[in-house]
Amino acid sequence: MTLLFQLTFLIYLFTTATYTVFFFNQNERLRLLARYSMIVAGIAHLGYTIGRYIISGHTPITSNHEAVSFFALAVTWGYLSYRWRYKVKNFGVFVSPVITALMLVAALSSQQFSELPPALQSLWLPVHASIAILANGFLALAFSGGIMYLLQEREIKNKRFGLFYSRLPSLEALDNLNRYSLATGFPLLTLGIITGSIWAKQAWGSYWQWDPKETWSLITWFLYAAILHLRFTAGWRRRRAAIMAIIGFLAALFTLWGVNFLIVGGLHSYAS
Amino acid sequence: MQAENILILGLNHKTAPVEIREKMAFSGDNPLPLKELMSLEGCVECCMLSTCNRVEIISVSKHPDQTGRAMRRFLFGNSGLSEDESEKYSYLHTGDDAVRHLFRVGASLDSMIVGEPQILGQLKQAYKIASEKNCTGAILNRFLHKSFSVAKRIRTETNIGGSAVSISFAAVELAKKILGELKGKTVMLLGAGEMAELAAEHLINQGIDHVVVVNRTFENAVKLAKRFNGSAAGLDELLTKLEDVDILISSTGATDLVLLRDQVKPVMKQRMNRPLFLIDIAVPRDLDPEINDLDNVYLYDIDDLKHVVDINKAERDKEAAKGERIVAEETMKFRQWLDGMEITPTIVALRKKAGLIWESEVARTLAKMDDPSPETIESIKKLGNAIIGKLLHNPILYLKSEGHEENKSERLALVRQLFALDDSDTDDPESL
Repeated sequence: MTLLFQLTFLIYLFTTATYTVFFFNQNERLRLLARYSMIVAGIAHLGYTIGRYIISGHTPITSNHEAVSFFALAVTWGYLSYRWRYKVKNFGVFVSPVITALMLVAALSSQQFSELPPALQSLWLPVHASIAILANGFLALAFSGGIMYLLQEREIKNKRFGLFYSRLPSLEALDNLNRYSLATGFPLLTLGIITGSIWAKQAWGSYWQWDPKETWSLITWFLYAAILHLRFTAGWRRRRAAIMAIIGFLAALFTLWGVNFLIVGGLHSYAS
Repeated sequence: MQAENILILGLNHKTAPVEIREKMAFSGDNPLPLKELMSLEGCVECCMLSTCNRVEIISVSKHPDQTGRAMRRFLFGNSGLSEDESEKYSYLHTGDDAVRHLFRVGASLDSMIVGEPQILGQLKQAYKIASEKNCTGAILNRFLHKSFSVAKRIRTETNIGGSAVSISFAAVELAKKILGELKGKTVMLLGAGEMAELAAEHLINQGIDHVVVVNRTFENAVKLAKRFNGSAAGLDELLTKLEDVDILISSTGATDLVLLRDQVKPVMKQRMNRPLFLIDIAVPRDLDPEINDLDNVYLYDIDDLKHVVDINKAERDKEAAKGERIVAEETMKFRQWLDGMEITPTIVALRKKAGLIWESEVARTLAKMDDPSPETIESIKKLGNAIIGKLLHNPILYLKSEGHEENKSERLALVRQLFALDDSDTDDPESL
């Protein structure tokens, strides 16, 4: 299994390197190579996750390694699904480093199989955890799009066209990407919290316990709800939406990791 | 066929001032004088390209010197210019120079705005007319088709047409970068300068849906709006109308600023922050530069746009240098093809091809036989040789047959095509 993970990681690294070189020299062949390599990495990664499921007998989202690896998988397939429907120039260049960074964290975490604690032995594990992480995958896409937006907007606003102006898509396309990612990510995030809450009721007898992870996921949810609300009612689109997507994703990352590292204890601490 | 039989006589924006070019233009409803050109001494094939910036006669001639002089007399016949003047304003390219020249024209390397795509369409149209009138033959057919493919190659392999190099195109490009698709968007013209009109025209060509003209004198606004099929408004309605537009092009003759930051700020709230692209082409400026500080508002004045154009021009020059390298390479390849259009090289190529087939087939047959005797090997070789010799006898006679000079290139082209002598993929006898 470790070998398959390492191989997947290497293909992601190759994809990112190819995309980076393509970004500078704009050789179409490299872009195609990078795209196919991303698809191959996504398939290998899926194979690795299924393999781990078969060996451990439960959904592989219980250790830090598994959760982060699943997160990277969600970003990859979220990206590929988006790319299949829409075209955003050079989006892969910005998404692939995010995936590779996640894979690096997964690679540095312990890859040992662990016994499933009694609290997690439930059908809700695959439902709750995979929905929550898939939501994070789409929020990561909004984050990448947000960074692209800010880079492109800076050059247009300052009238100094450098590396990005011709290489990045229109501001409109990037804003649409933001809208699409949030419109998919936010309902998933909501569903993740609802399923988690139902599971909590079954496992611990109460829907909500103000455990740090729960609190932070609620903060993240409110943040994204505010982003969407402001977008539709107060016209917080484009630049502000891009900044908010970046802040929102950092909050989502903190919910996933920061809580485990910084705030000791809590019911979700098994995942650290 | 010798390369020197190809000649191009023409004049363009570099060699002749606009007054002269105007006199030469054979465009519009007038049919091109191809028939008259074909009747000129020595002319075997011809094609004529006429645009607002250039007139070119591309021809194949048995007597290039005489045809060249006759073409010049013909072209400047009604211009009232002396022979010396007509020589001064025009150019005559022959051989490799002519090939290189047409490749450069088709790829828009010789245009006033390098990289502009219209010229290729005009060249294709010129060729269509000439071939419909049966004025082109084996040489020009190949030559013009080659010039199209060279242009395409340059467009694909370089970024020559990649960036806008005129103010109004730069404005369109920026509008697309900010607003995405321009379909369904609205543009407002504030004031009615010529450049604003031009920019608006370019935007309409890109699919802009609606034009609003705002002017101090309402009548003028109505007049201009009519031209664009749009609506008109007075200056007092400027802010209300601004709520609905996506692009504003300002070019009033006002001496002070017409629109201030503090006026635009509440408009953006009303627009729910929908992006607004402002183009200020007035001198002195109409729009407060501080408007650019507002969120989702992008203000470009004429200097900003000029700066964009300069950057793009520098970029194009770099790409044009790559284009020139491709032209040089393709000119050499075309020269090789032309050289092959002589009878002797064609016969040599034909025999060489037959020899290759003979060798490979004999080897294949012998490989299948169990230990053939030297006599058998000799007989098989002779048999192959005899078949090929007899098979090529008639095509070679056909090539050498006496006939009109103009038929010669047709015959050569036919034989070369029939035996695929110019197709590098079929050099391998296995592929036959």
